[in-house]
Amino acid sequence: MKRSKLGPWLAIALGVLYFVVPLIGTFEFSLRMRRGEYSFDAYQVVLADPRFQATFAYSTVLALATIVVGVLLVVPTAYWIQLRLPKLRPVVEFITLLPLVIPAIVLVFGYLRIYNSSSLLPMTASERATDVLLTFSYVTLALPYMYRAVDTGLRAIDVRTLTEAAESLGASWATILFRVIFPNVRVAVLSGAFLTFAIVIGEFTMASLLDRPAFGPYLQLIGANRAYEPSALAVIAFIVTWACMGLIQVFARGARGMSAESR
Amino acid sequence: MAFLEIANLRKTFGPLSVVQNFELAVERGEFVSFLGPSGCGKTTTLRMVAGFEGPSSGTIRINGQDVTRLRPNQRNVGMVFQSYALFPNMTVAENVGFGLKVAKRPAAEIGPRVEEMLRLIKLPTLGGRYPYQLSGGQQQRVALARALAIKPQVLLLDEPLSALDAKIRVSLREEIRAVQRSLGITTVYVTHDQEEALSMSDRIVVMSEGRIEQIGTPFEIYNFPRTRFVASFVGTLNILRGRVADAAQGRIAVDDQEIVAARGIADGQAGQIRSVALRPEAVSLADAGGERNRMRGTIEEVNFLGSVVRIRVRFKENAISLDTFNNPSVAPPQRGQPVTVSFAREDLLVLEGAEAG
Repeated sequence: MKRSKLGPWLAIALGVLYFVVPLIGTFEFSLRMRRGEYSFDAYQVVLADPRFQATFAYSTVLALATIVVGVLLVVPTAYWIQLRLPKLRPVVEFITLLPLVIPAIVLVFGYLRIYNSSSLLPMTASERATDVLLTFSYVTLALPYMYRAVDTGLRAIDVRTLTEAAESLGASWATILFRVIFPNVRVAVLSGAFLTFAIVIGEFTMASLLDRPAFGPYLQLIGANRAYEPSALAVIAFIVTWACMGLIQVFARGARGMSAESR
Repeated sequence: MAFLEIANLRKTFGPLSVVQNFELAVERGEFVSFLGPSGCGKTTTLRMVAGFEGPSSGTIRINGQDVTRLRPNQRNVGMVFQSYALFPNMTVAENVGFGLKVAKRPAAEIGPRVEEMLRLIKLPTLGGRYPYQLSGGQQQRVALARALAIKPQVLLLDEPLSALDAKIRVSLREEIRAVQRSLGITTVYVTHDQEEALSMSDRIVVMSEGRIEQIGTPFEIYNFPRTRFVASFVGTLNILRGRVADAAQGRIAVDDQEIVAARGIADGQAGQIRSVALRPEAVSLADAGGERNRMRGTIEEVNFLGSVVRIRVRFKENAISLDTFNNPSVAPPQRGQPVTVSFAREDLLVLEGAEAG
């Protein structure tokens, strides 16, 4: 019996309306800065604002630093768990999920309590040290995404045998990690990196409470004081995020094609 | 002194003892196979030689040097894995040259060596391809070339043909043996396939439950199995149980019919229950005359297998299978038909150890 396709299509239509209508509304509103006609004036104002450039550049640099630190922390850890300590996998997975459960505000108050200027490790005493603290806090926030992406990548290759093959050919641990393991989880690492970038670019709580000039607090500031620019900024932020997601898809498709051919 | 010496090697995982008192001396250039069923400890032993597992006790010496505590990357041992283990991000040539690059050999040496290895495995034009662009057989040949490129002291192969289909397995095992002979490299080969072990090896180590059951040439292992396990694991074998009548003369009664083992019965005593083994091809359906063993029985089963007809003859408790060539002008015998089978006294092997009655 042929089943009606009306139900699924209706569900899809409702979903699309739910997600797309607010976006279209925001975009449409961002074009109404000039009275009586559509224009990109709001975008011009935003893009010309030196604070936009400064905060966006700051968040970009921190996102890149977060990616580097995150990759250097997560790839060797996930590799070692898979190779030597598979029994610890549930424990590590639980730990990496904690940032999803513990609100960012709780984390940042914890940081302020431990690393305040009168503590043993006064990370908030100088701007550079606070930047480092913020980077590490971003690494924590992005941990669930980065760990899962890398772990999935590692599960797709035979880590143990590749390691042993490289070892028998005389390779050291560093050579194995950087010449054999990293290149083979490149796509997974890039997926984690783009997700990290998308998270860091829009993050507000940590940057605001640590008083750093990041893009998230700038978005909030503009949103509180202007009418059309916040909508333009929201659309720009969405474009950045979507570009990251699109790049993940592009790289993942490349990897899928390669593995399909190998079968 | 042997080139590869394994002395009193043991490996335990908690209370489980997977390799026990393993002793083996492999000569330079020799091809030795570890043969046994899954879980017999053959791969664990090989992995201890490679350095991937640390032994609980015992020593491993290669060319006089104690390598027992050396890391795998310090042993200069080439390893070929069942799953090929080629690096997916590297081309065939990069895979083959990986070990040389790691050893920081000059590019002027790596290039010609890679070409030489690719010629050796008969894939001289595929250096630019990636592993996923090769067939399973080609990938395993590349894995062999990669292991050989570093000029290892010992080549270790862990069931390298198991993942391949039957036809490629046969051709590749001939290639592996030819390459091994041409390079004269000392080789240890792990397999559970008796045909592979018999056809390739200079010597075979048959293992069961972590112990060596027998070490010998393929001819010795097949024709003169020392234990019941070896007899049953290698080839098809008839096992008959009988009571020793005269140990010195090798006389034993099987289902009230006396037969004679030409080699006598080692450590035998009259009245003992012992097992004797007999290959199907040693048994003849006709009475060939002369000083042969003869037993009367009834045909229980006839299996037509094309060029060969396998016949099972039942005595009382015991039965034997024998193979005869198919002859289109002679019909195979019928079930229930009484027959006399005969076999040479030299072909009867008395297995070690008395059994309970």
